[in-house]
Amino acid sequence: MTAYERVTQARAKGRASTADFIENIISGFIEMHGDRRFADDSSIISGIGRLGDIPVTVIGVEKGKSVKERGLRNSGSAHPEGYRKALRQMKLAEKFRRPVICFVDTPGAFCGIGAEERGQGQAIAENLMEMMTLKTPIVSIIIGEGGSGGALALAVADEVWMLENSVYSVISPEGCAAILWKDGKRATEAAECLKLTAQDLLKFGVIEKIIPENIKTDKKIFETVKQELIKTFEKNSTVQNLTENRYKRYRKIGEF
Amino acid sequence: MIFKKPKNTLEGHGTFSVFSRKAYNPKNSDEELSVECLKCKKNSSSSELADSMYVCPFCRYHFLLNVRRRLDFICDKGSFEEFDAEMSSKNIIGFPDYEKKLNNAKIESTEKEAVVCGKCTINGYPAAIFVMNPYFMMGSMGTVVGEKITRLFEYATEKNLPVVGFTVSGGARMQEGILSLMQMAKISGAVKLHSDAGNLYLCILTDPTMGGVTASFAMEADIIIAEPFARIGFAGPRVIEQTTGKKLPEGFQSASFLLKKGFVDDVIDRRRHRRYISYVLKLHTNRT
Repeated sequence: MTAYERVTQARAKGRASTADFIENIISGFIEMHGDRRFADDSSIISGIGRLGDIPVTVIGVEKGKSVKERGLRNSGSAHPEGYRKALRQMKLAEKFRRPVICFVDTPGAFCGIGAEERGQGQAIAENLMEMMTLKTPIVSIIIGEGGSGGALALAVADEVWMLENSVYSVISPEGCAAILWKDGKRATEAAECLKLTAQDLLKFGVIEKIIPENIKTDKKIFETVKQELIKTFEKNSTVQNLTENRYKRYRKIGEF
Repeated sequence: MIFKKPKNTLEGHGTFSVFSRKAYNPKNSDEELSVECLKCKKNSSSSELADSMYVCPFCRYHFLLNVRRRLDFICDKGSFEEFDAEMSSKNIIGFPDYEKKLNNAKIESTEKEAVVCGKCTINGYPAAIFVMNPYFMMGSMGTVVGEKITRLFEYATEKNLPVVGFTVSGGARMQEGILSLMQMAKISGAVKLHSDAGNLYLCILTDPTMGGVTASFAMEADIIIAEPFARIGFAGPRVIEQTTGKKLPEGFQSASFLLKKGFVDDVIDRRRHRRYISYVLKLHTNRT
């Protein structure tokens, strides 16, 4: 499969979304709304529930399925309130020693007037900083599109996994092509150049695991993710080791 | 689906109208020239501009500033000691024409990368300092920029030094793909450890500070000030107009706009920076 075919797959309608993952792997999920500062951003779903026997905090970007829902959820492009809501939930997870699961499926943080006025950059920056030393385990899973800073704001974690046909990139292939060649239509080429597939990212050491998708039903994917998550959270690690390893995980990325 | 449209263009570089501002590079200003201000269009002589720290004497427009001049303006004479000066980027993901771009940037900027890091004293107060370079691929952040700034914060944490940083950047460098994005997390981690150890981080945002730099270390400082007229934001104005189909309000994303919205502590003229910074450093010196 070419890189751009993966991009298409990652964006495909009918692909399992955050809501599907929550429904299938978390029991007794209750949603928590709002950032306690300005508003509730429906682009991000957050709440608590149980993964097997483990109480967990779940945060994920939801694009929405129907046209109406997509409008409501801004097609998964979060505003600053979304990232602040996520951080609030993470802080609660830290307080009550619950592991955090993040599902990432976003074209990117929203580029709008309100988003800028209320500090889109600041909201993302704060998440990066706080997540780095959050004293509870975090696993982030890219389930569709991992669009740049808006994805990273939910993906500073102990482990980052990707579904086989998901993508994670610093810029969309269309955006990259528009800048490089002044031609957004050369996105196919740009997708190759950006090395945005799960396979590439595993090679670079940016992710730990690829969840296979070459299986008939989503049910199997949900089951795999659930079992892998349980296995990961059952590993005993001291809080100090946890944050030290998380720091090292990002510290080593780069070549000079 | 927003990822489909070219919306995240500001995560890369090269879409800024600021490129037109390259007309005058203070680095090459040995001979006396007449320089037109890009804002008020009035002419000043290059020596006049040098005396005013490259601020237009008529309208206070702040010209782009070469890294070495910036360091001269801020640091005590002879106190600056550079770190990792030789570190230079590689084409890790095999991005087409990246080597060529790097070479051009090196020639144009006469620097090895888009940030200069080191230590210095400012009015006698010691600090770790980084200054980003607008003439090197528009200050874009790749793995070398990430590594140099991370090392600087780690050094400052170890030595209990404050960090003073000047940002100017188009955002993450798309030629290094996902690895550039990861630098945002890497630097943020180092900033957090520096902060948790009780150290001061003062950041000065200069024109333009956008994308992944705004969404990481530019917005993570204890005290954030901006140069007048600096454009600061996450997404660039053109991208926002394309996304929303709305015309942007006057002064949107300007330094004074951010001041009004509560995202910077103050807007300070470049000619007052040295005094302002050293006073802040003084207020944060532990009495022992």
